[in-house]
Amino acid sequence: MREITYREALREGLREEMKRDETVFLLGEDIAEFGGTYKVTQGLLEEFGPARVRNTPISEAAIVGAALGAALLGMRPVAEIMYIDFSTIAIDQIANQIAKVRYMFGGKARASLVIRTQGGAGRSSAAQHAQSLEAWYSHIPGLKVVMPSTPYDVKGLIKSSIRDDNPILFIEHKLLYNEKGPVPEEEYLIPIGKADIKREGKDVTIVATSRMVLRALKAAQALTEDGVEAEVVDPRTLVPLDEETILQSIKKTGRLLIVHEASKRCGFGAEIAALASEKAFYDLDAPIKRVAAANTPVPFAPKMESFVIPDERAIIKGVRELLG
Amino acid sequence: MSLFEEYHPLTGKMFQILKADGTLVSGQKPPISDQEIFALYKKMLFIRLADQRALMLQRQGRFGTYAPIWGQEACQVGSAYALQKGDWVVPAFREIGATLMMGISLKSFYLYWMGNEMGSRAPEGMNVMPVSVPVGTQTLHAVGVAWAAKLRGEKVVALVFFGDGATSKGDFHEAMNFAGVFKTPTVFFCQNNQFAISVPRSLQTASKTIAQKAIAYGCDGIQVDGNDLFAVYLATKEAVEKARSGGGPTLIEGVTYRFGPHTTADDPTKYRTEAEIEPWKPLDPFVRLRFYLGEKGMWDEEIENRLTAEAQKEIDQAVKDAEAVPSPQVEEIFQYVFAEMPHPLKEQLEYLKSTL
Ligand SMILES: Cc1ncc(C[n+]2csc(CCOP(=O)(O)OP(=O)(O)O)c2C)c(N)n1
Repeated sequence: MREITYREALREGLREEMKRDETVFLLGEDIAEFGGTYKVTQGLLEEFGPARVRNTPISEAAIVGAALGAALLGMRPVAEIMYIDFSTIAIDQIANQIAKVRYMFGGKARASLVIRTQGGAGRSSAAQHAQSLEAWYSHIPGLKVVMPSTPYDVKGLIKSSIRDDNPILFIEHKLLYNEKGPVPEEEYLIPIGKADIKREGKDVTIVATSRMVLRALKAAQALTEDGVEAEVVDPRTLVPLDEETILQSIKKTGRLLIVHEASKRCGFGAEIAALASEKAFYDLDAPIKRVAAANTPVPFAPKMESFVIPDERAIIKGVRELLG
Repeated sequence: MSLFEEYHPLTGKMFQILKADGTLVSGQKPPISDQEIFALYKKMLFIRLADQRALMLQRQGRFGTYAPIWGQEACQVGSAYALQKGDWVVPAFREIGATLMMGISLKSFYLYWMGNEMGSRAPEGMNVMPVSVPVGTQTLHAVGVAWAAKLRGEKVVALVFFGDGATSKGDFHEAMNFAGVFKTPTVFFCQNNQFAISVPRSLQTASKTIAQKAIAYGCDGIQVDGNDLFAVYLATKEAVEKARSGGGPTLIEGVTYRFGPHTTADDPTKYRTEAEIEPWKPLDPFVRLRFYLGEKGMWDEEIENRLTAEAQKEIDQAVKDAEAVPSPQVEEIFQYVFAEMPHPLKEQLEYLKSTL
């Protein structure tokens, strides 16, 4: 199978959906000629024109709120928020409007929009440019949260997200865009709400999200030297969460380690840990463990940044502690 | 008639004193002495060279992603020169000029951009807020700073910098509105450098000028030639004096041009051609000052070379000093999260240290 980058796969997904459905349009800051800060939309202006690839003023609340308005009239907007850190500016729209509008209209309104954004650390971009805020959004009823880790997943999931009749926060990672992986030429979709077992194993379950999936896989590889076979589960979508796949894996391994890049306190790992203790308590042979970022802002200095963000070593250490 | 009446945004006039060819607009005179002009020129040159060095350091991997001032020196030097001791500067992220004008050392400035937050720790008495990465957010802080000063009966003014792009943020409008309603001593300085990353000013707002936005908030607004050190200084001085004496806020739009990339991570060839930059080159704020000072016998190539050599030496030293500062320790990351470190955070620090 051909290998393409996460960025290319995402762009292909956007392009295919724009071709397929003329109600799909893109809006965001610097997404037109410039192709987006992370170059995801490069070339789409030339292909689809300025009405469907729309540069906006620097107005996050307007980008998201206007996308909602358009969605209510039957469009399928894909709004890009350059950094998840700046999604906070649109949080009234996201939390109070987008996520609630179907419910408040008695089921009649369709908020069919995707907010694409990216988060994460690793580029020394300092405290206001490197956060992982997925847990905030997962807490809001009515909003789906998608967080793909591979080129294959990002393409299949962006296509499904655009076709979905619910509002979706689609969280990319700035350090995944250049990652390559197999992506078929022919069309495919990935259902929202379906986890993926990225590596099978019998000794411990590692649930990891976004870029941490890559690190968990590396750690799992290294752990084979200790004779440990780790299973790596990528939820891919946090809301709705594929509880079944996670619980099945715990049943098999009896041990659960959760890895994410967001700070540990109230991170999404807490939700998975709660799920396991509510529904898989008697399958567990050891306490649940979380490996996550420190409860601090993301530091500017590269060395300090890598200190607070989990790496392979931290994951390996976590697994070893779990296995006792 | 006051300057703000004479150049009311609806007149469509842009305030200028020193023309691009170094001559004065008829009826205008320099607002400061020739000695001061020379000193400010020297400062601008230092800033331009320190900015260029920052770009170089970034390319060598010794600096984080950096937003250069190149072209906007007159906006920042002229406006900050109108402040007095005790006044505040609230920067966006492109403010090497205003920051150094407030007395912050180049070493500290470099230290921050080399990835050490300690560089933002302004010494006592140097009132400069840290960089604001979220666009436009800082306009609100400038209202609060000025408001606090007013409540405490201090005659302090806050000067806030932001770009043309920032005027699209709700924050900017809310800040202007607050400042208007509460009559805070805030001077809003918009550096209209024609771009917000790739988006030109014409696509940022359908308003004819940014200055005219002041009218909606009941504030004075003025458009000035942002490449004219004299006009920038005088307009800011009037705004600062008015603010200090209880007259409320002013919005100044400095019309300038960003010669460099948005940041070191940008590739401007994607959205503007060399030909587009050409007409702005003669409008560079340095060009007219050289003409002006040259006429007075205060500038020539030799003087320029001498000033450059002196500046480079000082810059070399600042780089050396900043790089000699030991990188932050892991404890520091945890230490400054709260006023005091809560127990769970201590435990987390200990655990992470055990992984080192
Ligand atoms: C709220 C927010 N949205 C988007 C960005 C990304 N961004 C950084 S700088 C910038 C352009 C700012 O333009 P302007 O305000 O004109 O200032 P300039 O960079 O030209 O000095 C953008 C969109 C950001 N930092 N913050």
